[in-house]
Amino acid sequence: MNKATSVRSQKNVTDLLDVARIRADFPILARHINGKPLVYLDNAASSQMPQPVIDRLVRYQTQEHANIHRAVHTLSEHATAEFEEARRKAQRFINAKDEHEIIFTSGTTESINLVMHGYGRAFIKAGDEVIVTGLEHHSNIVPWQMLCQEKGAKLRVAPINDAGEILLDEYQKLFNDRTKFVALSHVSNALGTVNPVSEMIATAHQWDVPVLLDGAQAAPHLRLDVQALDCDFYAFSGHKICGPTGIGVLYGKRALLEKMQPFKGGGDMILSVTFEKTIYNTIPYKFEAGTPPIAAAIGMGSAMDYLNGIGLERIGAHETDLLNYATQQVGAIKGVRIIGTARHKAAVLSFLVEGVHPHDVGTILNEDGIAIRTGHHCAQPVMQRFGVPATARASFAFYNTLEEVDVLTEGIRKVQRMFG
Amino acid sequence: MSDIKQLYQEVILDHNKKPRNFGALDNPSHKAEGLNPLCGDHIFLTLQVRDDKVEAVAFQGEGCAICKASTSMMTTNVKGKTVEEAETLVQEFRDMATGKLNVQKQPNHLGRLAVFEGVKDLPSRVKCAILPWHTLHAAFNSVATTTTENEEEPMKSAGVTI
Ligand SMILES: Cc1ncc(COP(=O)(O)O)c(C=O)c1O
Repeated sequence: MNKATSVRSQKNVTDLLDVARIRADFPILARHINGKPLVYLDNAASSQMPQPVIDRLVRYQTQEHANIHRAVHTLSEHATAEFEEARRKAQRFINAKDEHEIIFTSGTTESINLVMHGYGRAFIKAGDEVIVTGLEHHSNIVPWQMLCQEKGAKLRVAPINDAGEILLDEYQKLFNDRTKFVALSHVSNALGTVNPVSEMIATAHQWDVPVLLDGAQAAPHLRLDVQALDCDFYAFSGHKICGPTGIGVLYGKRALLEKMQPFKGGGDMILSVTFEKTIYNTIPYKFEAGTPPIAAAIGMGSAMDYLNGIGLERIGAHETDLLNYATQQVGAIKGVRIIGTARHKAAVLSFLVEGVHPHDVGTILNEDGIAIRTGHHCAQPVMQRFGVPATARASFAFYNTLEEVDVLTEGIRKVQRMFG
Repeated sequence: MSDIKQLYQEVILDHNKKPRNFGALDNPSHKAEGLNPLCGDHIFLTLQVRDDKVEAVAFQGEGCAICKASTSMMTTNVKGKTVEEAETLVQEFRDMATGKLNVQKQPNHLGRLAVFEGVKDLPSRVKCAILPWHTLHAAFNSVATTTTENEEEPMKSAGVTI
């Protein structure tokens, strides 16, 4: 695995993580659900927000709010500066070369759609081929399907094995002169597989094909370095890294972004407008039409500061401990099958309880305050690959504890007793 | 004991394990398929309606315990009833599951089906309980495939083929 994406599980690193103190930063973790302490294990769907980020949002709304890039008054200039500072925080968070390569979007989904419209519709033609993998979230399938349908292009899918790992040989065999784009998840949301993206990007680049990484599930867990990865686009969401909803990032290499078409037209994305002709603004503003979610962007910047304050390496190490322990404990329950047993995994445990539908598992666990996700996880092709309609999924964050894994394990046993 | 555990006990101990009328009728007069895409609940309903009466009904498919038990109990409850009586149950069941009918206080014909009242507190599971009823309604109206995707007005989407 690439140095840039490795999750190190070093005992000394983990020991430094003071989980009790970290938990005190998250007001919601003190809640009780159905009279039981909340055990929040649905972090892959959305993570919780720590007090410093909440405070930052409150300060912005109470003291600093104005529209940006538009006026000469103090508030507007200050809000603009904070918004642009958030852009630099995002730049550093993924180690992009240039702050102008950071585009604020509403989230991963919009980031991917922006590339589909801005790059795909401009450069992909009839007969061309787009490669995705069998692990993708619907948001990294459907836009490419729409593009292929519109253009008469072909969607090719790199298959996965029974462990939930992409078959690299098969992936490599998909390439030919017609291959024009690769869209691939960095970490799978349904199974937790960490894909060998460096190798996969290198393959694509040998064919001169750009690669988009869906980093929605990687950004919360791995130290990111888009320059080391050499990906062409990287997409992730604020709400999965302890930030607000409604904000996300698209990173793109400058040369690609410059030749792309804007996705949305409107204010802020122009340099000049006449009825005869509009001259588009430079990147990233060309892609940011209209008033952006200013507070959310600043809040996401604050969330990045928070994660950096703890350290992504320590976060990754603690989560690896949680995952290993959960895999061992839950996996040891007779009648439980773990779906997704890749060698490199991040913070996701998908499982089935024999004879019990995942939705019943989820409803009964909720009675004990345990929040997990059940269903197809917006990854129906993954479910089809494993021949199941749905799974139960526990997904961990750095603020989860080994004791919470025990509560989950006991909850699953209770489900089994009820269905006995 | 919470409503949910009560619901699960009744439902699971009985109908989930031993679903009644499981199978398919050979020459059904009416049939329909019900889909709950979000959960993967999937049922096939076959009916024999003669002289406006449900003479026989059977179901196949897979789903969660709430869906399976609701389907199983529906089949035992509508057998022998007229289409109109069955449609009344469809309406009352739906009203109960969505919290519009208080089975303790308001008159109704649900009887033991009232065990599903607890789903009204589980918005994400209402569709699981309603699916068979929705499918029955579709079968009476000769709609081949139906879905409970339209959450707000589950019965209104009858007729949508997906
Ligand atoms: C792998 C993956 N890609 C994309 C998304 C979509 O993210 P969002 O809903 O924030 O746009 C998710 C979120 O569920 C995800 O897990």
